Amino acid sequence: MIVGLDVGGTNIDAVIIEKGNIIDTIKRPVNHEHLFESIWTALEELFSRHDKENIERINLSTTVSTNAIVENKTSPVGMIIQNGPGLPNDYLACGDENVFISGYVDHRGKLVKDLDQKEIDKAIELFKERNIDSCAVVTKFCTRNFSHELKIKELLEKHFSSITMGHNLSGKLNFPRRVFTSYLNAAIYHTFKNFSNDIKKSMEREGIGAPLYILKADGGTTSLSAAQERPVETILSGPAASFMGINALLHTDKDALLLDIGGTTTDIFFLADGLPLFEPLGIEIGSYKTLVRALYSHSIGLGGDSSIEITNGRLKIGPNREGPPYALGGPKATPTDALIALDKMKIGNREKAIEAMKLLSKELNLSIKDTAQKILDTMGDMIKNEVDRLLAQINSKPVYTVKELLYGKKIKPQLINMIGGPAKFMQPILEKKFNLPCYFPKHYHVANAIGAALAKITTDITLIADTSQGILSVPEMGVYEKINRNYGLDSARQRAIEILIERAVSLGAAKDEIETEIIEESVFNMVRGFFTSGKNIRIKAQIKPGLIGEVKGDKND
Amino acid sequence: MIKMIKAKNKLGLVFFPAFDWAISSTHPEREERLLYTQDQIFEEGIEDIEGIYFYNPAIATEKDIQRVHFCVPDVKSRLTKSHFISAGGAIKAFEAVMDGDVDKAFALVRPPGHHAQRVVYGDRGFCIVNIEAVMIERIRQQNKDLRVAIVDTDCHHGDGTQDIYWNDKNTLFISFHQDGRTLYPGTGFLDEFGGPSAYGYNINIPLPPGTGEEGFLYVLDNVVLPILDEYKPDIIINSAGQDNHYTDPLTNMNFTAQGYAKLNDKLNPHMAILEGGYSIEGALPYINLGIILAMAGIDYSHVKEPDYDKDKLKQPSDITEYIKKLSHMIYKRWQNREKLRADIVKGKDNIQRARQIYYDTDGILENQTQNFKICKKCSGVNTIDSQSDTGYHIFAITIPMDACSDCLDQGYKLYQDTSKFHYTNIYLQDRVNDVYYSK
Repeated sequence: MIVGLDVGGTNIDAVIIEKGNIIDTIKRPVNHEHLFESIWTALEELFSRHDKENIERINLSTTVSTNAIVENKTSPVGMIIQNGPGLPNDYLACGDENVFISGYVDHRGKLVKDLDQKEIDKAIELFKERNIDSCAVVTKFCTRNFSHELKIKELLEKHFSSITMGHNLSGKLNFPRRVFTSYLNAAIYHTFKNFSNDIKKSMEREGIGAPLYILKADGGTTSLSAAQERPVETILSGPAASFMGINALLHTDKDALLLDIGGTTTDIFFLADGLPLFEPLGIEIGSYKTLVRALYSHSIGLGGDSSIEITNGRLKIGPNREGPPYALGGPKATPTDALIALDKMKIGNREKAIEAMKLLSKELNLSIKDTAQKILDTMGDMIKNEVDRLLAQINSKPVYTVKELLYGKKIKPQLINMIGGPAKFMQPILEKKFNLPCYFPKHYHVANAIGAALAKITTDITLIADTSQGILSVPEMGVYEKINRNYGLDSARQRAIEILIERAVSLGAAKDEIETEIIEESVFNMVRGFFTSGKNIRIKAQIKPGLIGEVKGDKND
Repeated sequence: MIKMIKAKNKLGLVFFPAFDWAISSTHPEREERLLYTQDQIFEEGIEDIEGIYFYNPAIATEKDIQRVHFCVPDVKSRLTKSHFISAGGAIKAFEAVMDGDVDKAFALVRPPGHHAQRVVYGDRGFCIVNIEAVMIERIRQQNKDLRVAIVDTDCHHGDGTQDIYWNDKNTLFISFHQDGRTLYPGTGFLDEFGGPSAYGYNINIPLPPGTGEEGFLYVLDNVVLPILDEYKPDIIINSAGQDNHYTDPLTNMNFTAQGYAKLNDKLNPHMAILEGGYSIEGALPYINLGIILAMAGIDYSHVKEPDYDKDKLKQPSDITEYIKKLSHMIYKRWQNREKLRADIVKGKDNIQRARQIYYDTDGILENQTQNFKICKKCSGVNTIDSQSDTGYHIFAITIPMDACSDCLDQGYKLYQDTSKFHYTNIYLQDRVNDVYYSK
């Protein structure tokens, strides 16, 4: 038995899946003020109907980290930032105290200028004075050499309970994002730790021994203890849950467009040959651009409850939701009202829906029926235009080799898979607009919980082997080791996979279910003078994205 | 709330390091060349700065190349895919500016182009195609009267660009470089002042080895900027070679990342295009970052090489004195250009220019004579008679864009009348109708 739970804006959904069958589901309203209690109440109710002994794992997609950031309920953070030469540093000041220190490591990880310990001592004093208990330490090019971050951490350790180091969060290069990601991690550390402790206590009390995992924005999970160290990875897992849900319910190995058409928004995702597309660097939350690995997703303010206006004789749908549909007592006409008026959706007060259409129809000079149709049609156009724009953007992303520029993969969806309340009714319209087959599943109302349930542990690593310096490093795992001058690509690949497996196991994966893959590799001859002085090998490896199983027979055409 | 960094000028970047292309495995123009520049650009988070946009290169066409070059025997046998992409990268950057998508653009592409002359038998100075010229001439198809100033800040004389715009008054070419007596390609002296229709519009500033920030900025303030003020170009292009840097392995100058950034700040070009520069670890990451920030109007004062030492790089006073005198002389010549031209063309119908050209990368020797007709109505039809030690003997005719009907007819007549008996290849470049013939 696998349990999946997803916290949405209004509801908590949970499911139990056994041998590919959805055997139970539950939907309960969420109280964001008491998130943990809401979650646990839903789980308890679900568990009460089954034998707890049979639970193999519990996967949670929560909003605890996201809400803390969005609602500004974070702990004060002391930042220690080593900026080195480059851009000015004032825009990096994201902490409650920001101490910029001297010292520098260059792009190859060479130590250019050492730390000044007095500066660190001063920072410690300052943070203590301000009662700061969470710190983050980030140095430029720490992904290439993190010795300064380690040294600073050692100095801080005695004084503060939480210290985030930049190199642990991502192997990607982008110093400002690393600074912001580290800040957020430190800022929500205590919030997430409390949440995690509550869960552990409740599970103990209920005698549930199954492992519990937390869903991340990349559509994979991580163990509760790893999430406690890096809570920032658990932000914005909602869209990932719906993406995984669509894939669990409707499998494909083609290029595809995935849509989650909800009440307020429509989320847009893509598959390339059936595999997820990721954000090139990381997800954005509020005004922070981060290095948190995330599925590519784009949200537009268009859904069943979007308010409709007419400006200059033209229909305008969204981006705001001003309440429920008119037929359900809301203030304005919505696409849902159009569906109710057309008698496609049988909820609410149809008379009211027709009344809403009538008002619009006068301004548009159309019949009531045509007005309702036009609303749905416009929605289809809006989705189509946005998808076209996104595809153009994705297909022109920067490439760096002649081969990629000439022959690189371009995404061209062959089908549309979608979920969400209005999805069923949008099917014929979208099929026509996109000229593509369009599918939606039966269990779409709990798709997110299903997606969370079937997510597996994911992680990635970045390896650099520089044979002229004789150093191999994997920042995410704190690996910085010696290699000899003849170290080659094969050894580097092998080492990358070894370290990746080690990391996956540390995140709670069972060794025999780990599937690894190398997603990028390059080898550069390093030429100094007119001679080869070594090799610069760069490898990215990841756990293959995917699901731990599928759910059976769930397709509506 | 965090403070967001924002570009004052919208800047387009075509960053194409061609990680799978090299001239040969240990050649300086190699896969690794922009690797550390990429690392620096990525680590600084340039792609997240509001107002900076990244573009992939376009791919230049054969026709784009033929507007500028006579490739012998033809375009396809001289160019690799990388050359089409490098030129296409420059075109894409310029288009972004001309379309108004961005205020400025920087093409960080390779291979470079400024040593590629009109006739192309092979690779010289790591260049086969003059990417600036291919870019400009493509844009000129829609903007015929575009006045362009190219300021070449590569340490080597931009002899290819000089050759292509030798007789074109609509393109002012200014090159500062290490004195040709001490460095490849051995040209770029004051008396190389342009062809009969553009005399004075090709300006060389040969600088002594050891020139530093002070010298470069002096030349900029006292020669380049005053001349640009008078010339009033529509577009300023920095041919941004980066080998004047104090760490460059092939040259002997003392310029810095701060210096390059200041230069671009003051020059305020619409376009910059990467040319040479082979100190790939110690210079390029910092110079490129400096140029990007300066062009975008972002504070670049913190961009410094790790081993930067202002005192060590201070320019000796004798060099300063020499540069002052040189600058004065060059500016005087510019002011006197009309009179100097009159002396040169007086009583002549044609002016000839004979040269020997060495292709260092491919080891080819070429002997050529260019003939410029002096025409009262246009810049005049001109021809090149050229032989290479690889066995070619070609005759190439160019009808310039502003050609009068006489020159146009004369160009076609020359093409028809020249017999294949003497030549392996004969070419006609008709810029009026944008067509190219060969036989």
